[in-house]
Amino acid sequence: MSEPDLAALADEAMDLVGGRAQATVSVARRRQGLTRFANSFVHQNVVDEHTDVTLTVSVDGRVATTASIAVDGQELGSDEWVSGRAGQARARAGGGDGHGSGGGGREGGRGREGGRGREGGREGRKLADLVERALKAAAVCPPDPGWPGVAPPAPQRAAPDLHYDEACALAGPAERGDVVAAFVAAGEGLSSAGYCSSSVEEVFFANSAGQRLSGRHTGAALDAIQRAGGSDSVAAVFSSRLADINGSSLGRAAAQRAKAGVDAVELPAGSYEVVLLPRCTANILYFYGVYGFNGKASNERRSFVWPGEAQFDAALDIWDDATDPRQLGLGFDIEGTPKQRLAMVTAGTSGAVAHDLRSAAAAGGGTVSTGHSHLGSHVFGPAATNMFLAHSARAEARPVAELVASVARGLLVSDLWYTRVLDPKTLVVTGLTRNGVFLIEGGQIGPAVTNLRFTQSYPAALAPGRVLGIGNDGALQGQNYGANASHAPSLHLSAWHFTGNASA
Amino acid sequence: MMELAEVGVEAALAAGAQYADARVMAISAESMSAQNGVVEALNQSDRAGVGVRALTGSSWGFAATTDLCAAGARRAGEQAALTSRASARVPGPALELATVPAVTDHWESACEEDPLAVPLTEKADLLVELTNTLRAAGAQLGKASYRIWDTSKWLATSEGARLSQRIRECGGLMSATAIGDGETQERSYPGIRGQYGTSGWELMRHLDFPGNARRTGEEAVALLSAPLCPERRCDLIIGSEQMALQIHESVGHATELDRILGWEAAFAGTSWLDLNQMGSLRFGSPLMQVVADATLPGALGSFGYDDEGTPAHRVEIVRDGIWVGVLSGRDSAALAGIPAGGMVRADGHDRIPMVRMTNIGLLPGEHSLEQMIAETEDGIYMDTNRSWSIDDRRLNFQFGCQIGWEVKNGRLGRMLRNPTYTGISPEFWGSLDMVGGPGEWRFWGTPNCGKGQPIQIGRTGHPAVPCRFRNVRVGVRG
Repeated sequence: MSEPDLAALADEAMDLVGGRAQATVSVARRRQGLTRFANSFVHQNVVDEHTDVTLTVSVDGRVATTASIAVDGQELGSDEWVSGRAGQARARAGGGDGHGSGGGGREGGRGREGGRGREGGREGRKLADLVERALKAAAVCPPDPGWPGVAPPAPQRAAPDLHYDEACALAGPAERGDVVAAFVAAGEGLSSAGYCSSSVEEVFFANSAGQRLSGRHTGAALDAIQRAGGSDSVAAVFSSRLADINGSSLGRAAAQRAKAGVDAVELPAGSYEVVLLPRCTANILYFYGVYGFNGKASNERRSFVWPGEAQFDAALDIWDDATDPRQLGLGFDIEGTPKQRLAMVTAGTSGAVAHDLRSAAAAGGGTVSTGHSHLGSHVFGPAATNMFLAHSARAEARPVAELVASVARGLLVSDLWYTRVLDPKTLVVTGLTRNGVFLIEGGQIGPAVTNLRFTQSYPAALAPGRVLGIGNDGALQGQNYGANASHAPSLHLSAWHFTGNASA
Repeated sequence: MMELAEVGVEAALAAGAQYADARVMAISAESMSAQNGVVEALNQSDRAGVGVRALTGSSWGFAATTDLCAAGARRAGEQAALTSRASARVPGPALELATVPAVTDHWESACEEDPLAVPLTEKADLLVELTNTLRAAGAQLGKASYRIWDTSKWLATSEGARLSQRIRECGGLMSATAIGDGETQERSYPGIRGQYGTSGWELMRHLDFPGNARRTGEEAVALLSAPLCPERRCDLIIGSEQMALQIHESVGHATELDRILGWEAAFAGTSWLDLNQMGSLRFGSPLMQVVADATLPGALGSFGYDDEGTPAHRVEIVRDGIWVGVLSGRDSAALAGIPAGGMVRADGHDRIPMVRMTNIGLLPGEHSLEQMIAETEDGIYMDTNRSWSIDDRRLNFQFGCQIGWEVKNGRLGRMLRNPTYTGISPEFWGSLDMVGGPGEWRFWGTPNCGKGQPIQIGRTGHPAVPCRFRNVRVGVRG
């Protein structure tokens, strides 16, 4: 489906709502392919494509959101479908005109020339049903005093295809397979596991205030491990370009580290000086974004963040910026607010928290949305999803080797795993190390260490005086849940509280 | 819909697949959330599409589309086969499938009161009332929510199976949050994730949310001033809700055969269990009896057939403390040389089916919670999950609970805040010495089990009873 098709669907939905409600509509078409491998061979290779229409209406302050996938096609007339619950969905969809279709081959190589007009029968009736259902649901909802209205018209601050790469959009299982093959081959007999993915999404947004936005973006990732005698080592790249992923070099590096991790020794629990590699830093940022710099949590005094206070080490700056070319995703949020740079920590002092329209209205004092709404943000609160951590003007970045060289006795930690919050306000988190831990003694990397469990307050770990060094190895790190990517470097911290060994 | 599934299968076979199946799924879902007297979110959705799975050599290819017509299904079938063949760039040993009879059947879960037909006004009034009661009890935040799924699916396989199912699931949750200067405390009812089942709205009525709202709010407030759970080793009594998650994380995931075989190594992880030891390894004390049973009426992990067409049935996992079974699908079972477990499901038409827990849980024993407390001289009773973390081999875990109580000389004592416990799975399960009886057996539902890449959110069931464990490390904190 080309972008004009998405716009036509959105416009038709807005026309159907007419003046009966405040409304926002988002039409998104997404295609994702993922090649998964384990035990050094591809075992699952998947691709899916779908189109979603999401409509929110507010009738006299009563709100309903209805999301519906845009089922298309003309052969849905069976009695089986019309009967039963699914039949209700079918009945809502109605019958109607079909559309053109292409052949197989590369996932991105198929045109959608058939398209559909605004009056296009099946979709028209489906959209009409969607609109009427949303209006009906809103009418019986209790009034929502927190309804903030819809986003005012405002231009995007970045090009609508800033994070789009045509080659990535067209990539299929063959291109992903090449990356995987190179990674596996570089292991030279080690057991390899992981995935390589490529995706493309096009979105058109409109609301009753006249805001109209569109964008498209691609994503590619290799996230994989090499395994050697009980030692795992991870390598990963996240980018908008599949071409940025070099399976061979990533595979070699991971294999080298995996081999170095065999014959791990056990260490007693306790507080250790640490050098956390970028995946660990990204994990910390994720929790800061979800629990700390969350406008709803801040409004409700559930956040540890106090704007204006020196809560972090002065060596740190933390910000969110989806318009940075190093990031991923769209330049606007699901409420239609354009994204922009949000300074969250400057030289250790807490700054702004992320808001959607609702949390901004609740905060009062002229607070406006920062463009951080997501599908669950009215319930869970807005979240920064394109974060950066780097050295402030009061510090400098150094090679990781220098960070390690300055450690008298401590641990080099590659990855954190299964991290969960014990208390959201103090942000005490428990989890485990994974994919390689090494003892550092006298500035030298020593033997591998078996995995450890930790219980650590994440804000306290980066509190004033606790950050001893910042690496110059910042890179984009994806998170496993949701569309969240953080640009993070290695960190040298004075202490990290390990509460036990993972296997004893 | 079955005809579309058949078109997808035929297209995949024509494109060279040695085996293929196709699922058409239509899911109608609804959820509502309220906080402090305000409905913050109402979401309704209808999603439908077809997903085709094709096997060639060592790899599954899978393609899904919302283009729900013959041309779309045909294209998905061709794409699935093409994708499968592309895997030959990195080949492995050819996959076989354990034998399953190909049948034609229809199955529906029991539903007395269609949850989607209950008026929105009634549902909204319930949530608003609950949050107001939670607030009136002193909590700063009162929250309540429900979720409903109504799923229809049609499965066709190249071996001739033709299966249709309709599964209705629903459930709800309420929670009270008390906010102090230094920390927050939360109490949830019936559990941290609420309670869910393959059921109609009758489940929501049976749970009696209004009758439990005030107590839930009061306990959240009381926790703010309760003493901290001490850090030590002692006997530990665990309520059935927390036991459900203990089973899910340390037994359920550990016995998934795809993890044991290394298929999930890079993300979800592997397992400390070695297939060669199945049948002889001691997992826990002789009181430990664990089964996976997809036939339990009303439990969240129940169905008629899994997404490979294997009929729902019961599989022993741990018998008298000995590990005897796994959670499997047709491909993994064939590798292990065992019958297909019937535990393969996908969370939508657009995801490849994979090994998922059904209803894996403890069979009831001969004790009661009352007995456990009465027979404990010095221990702690914990209930309702608050946090969960376990290593990638499912061996070392640390759980936090929302509430705890001292147990002294056979009686409940002071309320304790921030209770946690940690352990190593076989040692912990080996210390099990009391298991709650049939009267305390509850089918807990977990609606948010994440696994796979792309991530899939599974809904699983966990029959559980209160249990007592000896000499457990509690009170771990940073």
